[in-house]
Amino acid sequence: MTEALKTPLQTKPARRRFTGIQTQTLIIKSITTFILAAGAGIIMIPFLYLLSTSVKDRDQLRQSPPPLIPVAAETVNINGQDEPLYEVTVDGQARQMALIKFRPGGKALFVDPANPAQTYELVIADQKELRHVKIHFENYPEALKQMKFSKLLWNTLLVTFLGMAGMLFSCSLVAYGFSRFRAPWLNVLFLLLLSTIMLPSQVRLIPTYVLFNKLGWVDTLLPLIIPQFFANAYDVFLLRQFFMTIPLELDEAAKIDGASPLQTLMYIIIPQARPALVSVAIFHFLYAWNDFYEPLIYLHSPDHWTLAVGLQTFNALYAVNTNYIMAASAVMILPPIILYFFAQKIFTQGVVFTGIKG
Amino acid sequence: MVSSPGKRPVSLAHREALWAYAFIAPWTIGFIIFTVGPMLASLFFSFTNYNIIDSPRWIGITNYVNLIRDDLFWHSLKITFKFALIALPLGLVFSYMIAVLLNSKIVGINIWRTIYFLPSVIAGVAVALLWARIFDPKFGILNPFLANFGIKGPGWFSDPQWAISALVIMSLWGVGGNVIIYLAGLQGVPTDLYDAAKVDGATAWQRFWYVTLPMTTPVIFYNLILGLIGTFQYFTEVYVISGGSGGPARATLFYNLYLYQNAFRYFHMGYASTMAWVLFIIVLGLTLLIFRSSEIWVYYEGQLKVK
Repeated sequence: MTEALKTPLQTKPARRRFTGIQTQTLIIKSITTFILAAGAGIIMIPFLYLLSTSVKDRDQLRQSPPPLIPVAAETVNINGQDEPLYEVTVDGQARQMALIKFRPGGKALFVDPANPAQTYELVIADQKELRHVKIHFENYPEALKQMKFSKLLWNTLLVTFLGMAGMLFSCSLVAYGFSRFRAPWLNVLFLLLLSTIMLPSQVRLIPTYVLFNKLGWVDTLLPLIIPQFFANAYDVFLLRQFFMTIPLELDEAAKIDGASPLQTLMYIIIPQARPALVSVAIFHFLYAWNDFYEPLIYLHSPDHWTLAVGLQTFNALYAVNTNYIMAASAVMILPPIILYFFAQKIFTQGVVFTGIKG
Repeated sequence: MVSSPGKRPVSLAHREALWAYAFIAPWTIGFIIFTVGPMLASLFFSFTNYNIIDSPRWIGITNYVNLIRDDLFWHSLKITFKFALIALPLGLVFSYMIAVLLNSKIVGINIWRTIYFLPSVIAGVAVALLWARIFDPKFGILNPFLANFGIKGPGWFSDPQWAISALVIMSLWGVGGNVIIYLAGLQGVPTDLYDAAKVDGATAWQRFWYVTLPMTTPVIFYNLILGLIGTFQYFTEVYVISGGSGGPARATLFYNLYLYQNAFRYFHMGYASTMAWVLFIIVLGLTLLIFRSSEIWVYYEGQLKVK
């Protein structure tokens, strides 16, 4: 957020004289920066709320409106009981006193911890409750333990990375086939492949479920992994677009050296296409990590759930424990966010070379 | 699969074709097993009574007749269309405007881009759980915020009148994916077009209206098609927030959720297949409609527009 405050100042170039157009540009840039900063603030609020809520305890959750930084009432021990501490004004003097008993009419009895025998009856609204920052990091291990996180994580990693391996393997082969060879009907098949992007998945969902049910694969991870070995339109398209930018001379040189097409793919195309392969791998990670629909349909017993299904069920069972739910949610979104920060360029480029220009 | 070249002299073109078919075989096989086969099977199931345990029993067009008489079918269709009609245009305009802003040359632009794309990478259950709590009328943060302006916030996900609006707001937060695509489109507009427009004395607004917007219509078209398909697949958010019920009072019973309930809660596999095929036909029809309309409003480079 400090960046947001700095930027408008930095946009002012150190020039003395402005022509009309320069001033106009400067104004437009300032307004742009201002709007972007405001929008960025709005985008970040849910994240701040998530983090703040994840480290609160039950009492802190009930504070309304919820404070951004988790705070708890300051307490003091009076006669064996923890009582909330207030800054009270008695005879025009500010003193710290504990509230020990509520009285009708919005009043309460206060005592000085040093001298608990003497009580003061004061209007509560006039006094200030003392609070201090109290952050419950222990929510995290507790939430993860309750939702059996390690098992869920293991299943999610299996689905994500085995599926990724299958996708990379099959899509490389298919993209290579569509980018380097001439064959009758190949263009028609490619159009057919592309058209599957627009096919609503529901239209093949039920028979696919029946098929996996017949194979005895329902309630195993296989229905989420095995189909990845049969390529998919998005990734084939993306890889093909990239393969086509690799010079054909390299293929031909390999061919003269006696390389088979398979060897050309392995030793020429794949090493050249690393950025594209990394991109589709990252997109696949995000897809598999966040996917909920298919795991929900295929995975029934808690031992086989992925994180997405586990988190949803955790919420359905313990919705009141908002702090734990938010802690678990924060852990679940962390890997995609880390990946995103490390691979930002790939995110923007990845779309560029899908050739969406129609 | 591939005929061994040693046995018989095969022409070079023939051999090349065989290699091609061999390489694309993973997709071809998958296409038959996981797309063509299931599509035909679900078309068949749509004419049967099928509960997965007993074999499907042919009942003709009964499912289709029941579907037309099913109030919940019409209700779920209405909700899906309502959401599409609000969220799609709003999301398209919103993300386009953000992309235009993010395409300007200002200091720290990469930081802004990073923040705006961030929500799009974390879609799913965690996000739905987070927003369900933000909208919570008692302990959330939206209503206390609105109260600062003297607005008494509605019950959002606990109020049938407001549940769809809450989902729309939620979807706007995640438009980053669209923004990335628009940004790529905006960056693909050749700079010489802007230079030419400037020479001709076009104002910033005219440059946007007559250069930027027409040149990026293919990207708008792309986002519109994918957004439309996505809306009909809308599921995770409403399932998580309503606990799979489509509540409150079925206000979030989207088409896909109702289909899921029929298939995997009541095991009306035949009926659900009917719903799937009706959905397929609706999406196909709308897609074709948008494709047809694209001849009027989508501009492709190198294509001369004749009026």
